[in-house]
Parts: sequence; C-alpha cells; structure tokens
Amino acid sequence: MSALWVGVFKRDIALAFRQKAELTQPLMFLLMVVTLFPLGVGPGPETLQLIGPGVIWIAAILSSLLGMERLFRDDFQDGSLEQLMLSGVPLYQSVSVKVLCHWLVSFVPLLLLSPLLAMFLNLTMPMYVALIATLLLGTPLLSLVGAIAVGLTVGLQRGGLLLALLLIPVFIPLLIFATSAVDAASMQLAYSAQLAIIGAMLLLAMASAPFAIAYSLKVSQN
Amino acid sequence: MLAAIDLTCIKRDRVLFENLNLSISTGELVYLRGPNGAGKTSLLHILTGIGQAQEGRVEFNGKAITQSDCEYFSELIYQGHKSALNSTFNALENLTFWCAQHQVPVTRERLFEVLQDQRLTGLEDVPVRFLSAGQQRRVALSRLWLKPAKLWVLDEPFTALDVQGVAHLEAHIGNHVERGGAVLMTSHQNLSERVGNTRIFDLEYRI
Repeated sequence: MSALWVGVFKRDIALAFRQKAELTQPLMFLLMVVTLFPLGVGPGPETLQLIGPGVIWIAAILSSLLGMERLFRDDFQDGSLEQLMLSGVPLYQSVSVKVLCHWLVSFVPLLLLSPLLAMFLNLTMPMYVALIATLLLGTPLLSLVGAIAVGLTVGLQRGGLLLALLLIPVFIPLLIFATSAVDAASMQLAYSAQLAIIGAMLLLAMASAPFAIAYSLKVSQN
Repeated sequence: MLAAIDLTCIKRDRVLFENLNLSISTGELVYLRGPNGAGKTSLLHILTGIGQAQEGRVEFNGKAITQSDCEYFSELIYQGHKSALNSTFNALENLTFWCAQHQVPVTRERLFEVLQDQRLTGLEDVPVRFLSAGQQRRVALSRLWLKPAKLWVLDEPFTALDVQGVAHLEAHIGNHVERGGAVLMTSHQNLSERVGNTRIFDLEYRI
C-alpha cells in the first residue's frame, strides 16, 4: 500500500508541483481559447450561449492533449518506468495511481475554473450544472484513454502529433454526448441519458484501461 | 537461482541469439561479454522481465518470473543504462521514492549514510540534473547498498565512474558474491581481482 501511496502518488504529485510551467500551460491554453471565442464570433449573449458548451469541451480536450505526454514521457526516458516495472507492485495498479494523479493535477484545476468559463460564455445555471456533471464524468475518461495512447507512443520521438491523431477520434463520442447534455439542459430537458452513457464509458474505461495501459507500456519497452 | 532456458530473441528481423541457456547460482558472478549490438542489453531486459523473448522462459528458483507468486522482484536489483533518476528531484527524494516503490524500509539516516559512503556528502539535496555524470551514476548505484536483494543485474555499471568509484563498486560486488549473492553484469572493461571469481559468458554478434 505504501508503495503506491508514497512511491507513486506522492512522487507524482511532488513532481507535478516541481514542474509548474508544464502544469499551468494546458490551463492557460484553455483559458485563452475560451476568452478569444467571444471576440472572434461576436459577444451576442445568445450566440455565446449556443456555442459555449462546445467551446469549453473542445478546449478541454485539446488542452488535455498538450499535457498528456507528461504522464509517462519523463519516466520512460530516464528509466524510472523500468524500475517501476521491477518493483514487484503490479504495473496496472501503479499506472492507475499515475492516471489518478494526472487527473488531479490537470483536470481538477479545470473544474475549479469552470464557473468562470461558464460566466464568460453566458451559460445559465442549469447549463452550468450539466456542464460540471459532464466534466466530472468525462475528464477521468480523457485521462484513462489518453494514458493508453501515451503508453503506445511514448517510445517514439515526437509522438505528439500521432497522439492527437489517435485520440481525437476516440474522444468524439464523448464530445457529442457531453455537449448534447448541456444543450438539453439549456432547453430545460432531461439529460440523464447522456450522462448515463458517459458514465458507462467511464466505468468501462476504469475497468479495462489500467490493463491496456500496462500492456502498452510493456510493448513500448520492447 | 536464475535460469534462462532456450531463449530466442529477434529484433528488427535480426536474430540476436537462439536457444540460449544461461544459469546463475548463488555466490556466482557472471560476466556477460560481447561486441556492441550483440544483444547484451536485450538479454538483460528479458532476464529481468522488462522485455519478452520470442521463445523460451526465465525461471527464478524454479518458478517462471511471470508467475504472480514468484518472489523474483523482491530479490532483484536491476541497474540499466538509464540511471532511473528524475532530474528535478534530488538524490534523497529519488532514493526515498525508489525505496518506497520497492518496499524497502529505509530511514533518512541510512540514506545519508549511504550517500556519504558514495562520496556525495553535501550534494544530498541538490537536484540530480546539477550533478556530474559520475555523481549521478553513484546516486543510482546507491540502490545496491539500500535494497537487500540476492540478485543484481547490472548493465555497464562502471560507465562514467572515476577510478575510486570503480574500486568501491568492485569491492561491493566482491563482498556481495562472497556472502552468497549473485551478480550478472556486462562491461567493456576488464574486471580486477577485487570482484573475486567470475564466470565469463560470451555473446557473439550475429548477422
């Protein structure tokens, strides 16, 4: 237990706060995209309300791609990953903790920032509630699925573009259901169906992704 | 202790080795030799379980190392080419986290003691990226003093070490073998008598 707590969780959190620039870069990107949109498409409250959920979600997905590589890149290059594999702790457990850390340091700040973003884009209260619900269910999914792709591309030089190409198609269903939930909320309709689908995707990813991540890292080591 | 049976490794359509058998017993130092590209590192990766062989199996005390009840990993220290040190952490943090991952109970005093032994006094809290290559290697090799493991697998451990560092490590390896440990190592340097008896295992370069 302490192997995962001290050796992986505390280490990754300490590392994230040591590399503050890498930590804040995706967040700044997100903030810039969301603030530029009203300037670009015009500040009409109805227009903003219409595009708001989509803008926030697209910005969240794209900014997450910026920081995604951080998950395993350094550990792979300096050999820490080899040592983690040989620690005797099953790899799927340690990568689950790593993904949890990644979610905590890259998406929880986004969740904290979301009221501000919702205000920028003139979202109503029910829309904001729907947005935060989709973000809560959807962002862990981004971390989990993203980690599989990072595991596959970590051995490549400049795998960033490949990572984006691999992940964007996978994230499209999430984007569709998440924005449609917020849309439904804007029309005072029920959106539990969309949330249930995102939740189902998250549960499936939580159950299977750790094994896929562990396997992809092993493949990359070969 | 460790036995490799009928290993075959193919990389990029080139057969590195075929039907390779290798066993290491307690109190033995196996010195793996071979030219660049012969597959020494690949063999060590397979023996530690980081890599997979196309064919063959690796057993530790009669049990396959992939089996979950195999105690291989608590008895193994692997030090590869890569130092496995995070450059933004200092030596103390790197070793503390490593010990936690490998479930080695260690006190702060013990870490200071080991680092002092490695002639790194005063550099304990300097981020590793500010240390020289040899100093970084000595931090990485401190693991051999911290974890009580029976089998050491070392991939060119003498790289970047100064004369004193090489002597220190050789003496430590010699002690370990004398006390019933086992060491498998590669190196392009000749070993001195300090390490005791060695068994040489040659790996040919195949085209």
